[in-house]
Amino acid sequence: MSGDYLEVRDLRVEFDGFVAVDGVDLTVLQGDLRFLIGPNGAGKTTLVDALTGLAPASGTATFGAHQLLGLPAHRVVRAGVGRTFQTATVFEELSVLQNLDIAAGLHRPRRSLLRARRSTPEVVTEALETIGLTALADRPAGVLAHGQKQWLEIGMLLVQDARLMLLDEPVAGMSHEERDQTGELLRRIGRDRTVVVIEHDMDFVRSYADSVTVLHGGRVLADGTMAQIQADPEVQRVYLGDTVTGDVPTAQAGPRHAAPQAAPQEEH
Amino acid sequence: MSLTTRGRSWPLLAGYLALAVGLLALAPALLGEFQLNLLGRLCCYALVAVGIGLAWGRGGMLTMGQGLFFGLGAYAMAMHLKLADAERTGGPGAVPDFMMLYGDGSLPAWWEPFRSPVVTVLAIVLVPAAVALLLGLAVFKRRVKGAYFAILSQALVLAFSLLLIGNIEGTGGTNGLNGFRAFFGYDLYDPANQLMLYLIAAGTLLAAIALMAWLYRSRFGELLVAVRDGEERVRFLGYDPATVKVVAFVVSAVLAGIGGALFVPIAGIISPSAVGVVPSIAFIIGVALGGRATLLGPAVGAIAVGWAENSLSSAFPSAWTYLQGALFVLVIALLPGGLGQLPGLLGRWRRTPETAARSVEPTKEVVA
Repeated sequence: MSGDYLEVRDLRVEFDGFVAVDGVDLTVLQGDLRFLIGPNGAGKTTLVDALTGLAPASGTATFGAHQLLGLPAHRVVRAGVGRTFQTATVFEELSVLQNLDIAAGLHRPRRSLLRARRSTPEVVTEALETIGLTALADRPAGVLAHGQKQWLEIGMLLVQDARLMLLDEPVAGMSHEERDQTGELLRRIGRDRTVVVIEHDMDFVRSYADSVTVLHGGRVLADGTMAQIQADPEVQRVYLGDTVTGDVPTAQAGPRHAAPQAAPQEEH
Repeated sequence: MSLTTRGRSWPLLAGYLALAVGLLALAPALLGEFQLNLLGRLCCYALVAVGIGLAWGRGGMLTMGQGLFFGLGAYAMAMHLKLADAERTGGPGAVPDFMMLYGDGSLPAWWEPFRSPVVTVLAIVLVPAAVALLLGLAVFKRRVKGAYFAILSQALVLAFSLLLIGNIEGTGGTNGLNGFRAFFGYDLYDPANQLMLYLIAAGTLLAAIALMAWLYRSRFGELLVAVRDGEERVRFLGYDPATVKVVAFVVSAVLAGIGGALFVPIAGIISPSAVGVVPSIAFIIGVALGGRATLLGPAVGAIAVGWAENSLSSAFPSAWTYLQGALFVLVIALLPGGLGQLPGLLGRWRRTPETAARSVEPTKEVVA
């Protein structure tokens, strides 16, 4: 497998003496649909925050030729890294099309900002097709259903040509049907990108993960294929206490965890 | 409740043309000298309002200190007019009358460049732009926003007016600068020249609105709205939201500066009370009433409030303040988009029955 990959070495995030991420090593290759799982407060979102300029971290994190740590958020994006948040944040008053068009602006020369949008860029049309929102292109994004907003966010990542996508619980709150569609979407776009998905829904992880990394208490507990993870006694202990049934449970479906180290992403 | 509803553009165009005909043709034909002068001053306020519409309505920056930029433009113009008047009567190198009165009759060094009309015109544009740039970089790069930004801008304008009052030898103090006789060589007492000044102010206002129409339709305009509604999200599109905000803030400051500069020859006076805290808030009231995110709302709102103030405050001196306050509260509470939002709301209300019937199918024209 050629192409850029994500390499994280000894990443640490500390908030006022509380160690949220404690020496994480992680390598994700292109085309590998990686799921990041772990109990509440394991440091999953904080890890993604650290990679995208929202949380100060030590260690190294490289994607392609870019060192990610220490860059401000918008520079991380320009290095080809895109992310979504637990709650979809689209521009509610702009149309679906405008949302996607703004995401495409990254690759346009600055002077083009002064012109009105006359035609729809091809990448935008393609992304609309990929995420299945072509029919709703002119609707304000605010009226979209919950699942559609998440797809729109993924579409924006496609348009901005993020080669590393970090998705934070993209299927939380979705119906079964929407989950399946999202899974298929992730498979399709994951082929030539590096995709990391934080997820709590174990059915979803089982169905679509190429590989899984389990975080616990800010450390990597295990990584490997889903089968390897399920067989790992450490993982079973963390998820089940000591009563082993041989399967990672599907509980943990809360869409949002009140992690004590909740990252400063929504700070005003 | 969309603040960015663009919809079809012909009602906007019709509104713009009506405003242009009203300001450029009807007003000079129908209004008396005093009323036309009033409208000219209101056009200058409306220029400030158009800038506030950009910064606040589209960019979400509640700038309560536009008086600062209005004052910078106004004082630059006033200093030049004073110097030009002095030279006309006292020959080259003469100093303005008030300096003889309050100071030792020597010209402060920072007045010297304003002898040149070219430097003055440049300063009217560049000084507010530079101040807004520095201020914007300092504030927005540090992610100061919301009420903190509003308070900061208010504090700055207060400091500015105190500075003006404190330096009586250089600025005329509380009295400000007044008694101008000529505007770039044109006699200010000549009615034809007064009409010309009015037309310049009205024309500049119309040009500024046209500039906004272009900006709002541009990708920059969409980006600015995106920054207003989701600053953090914009960061993850690869833009620095601070840069976007600074650009909008600088444009709004330049508009305020030009408004101030044109205000001086029309009003015949500029003083700290015209650039301080109270006028800075008054600018915002008109914008809020007219519809801060709409194209025509800020300008029309500013002119309407100013006109009402002038006619009502002479008839009911005490009641006007209460009426203005009540109007402000009512609009903010019931029509956060301002009166400019009313046509859209009525239109939606009238269309509701039929759209509800076919709402299953996505319709293209709803809100673009």
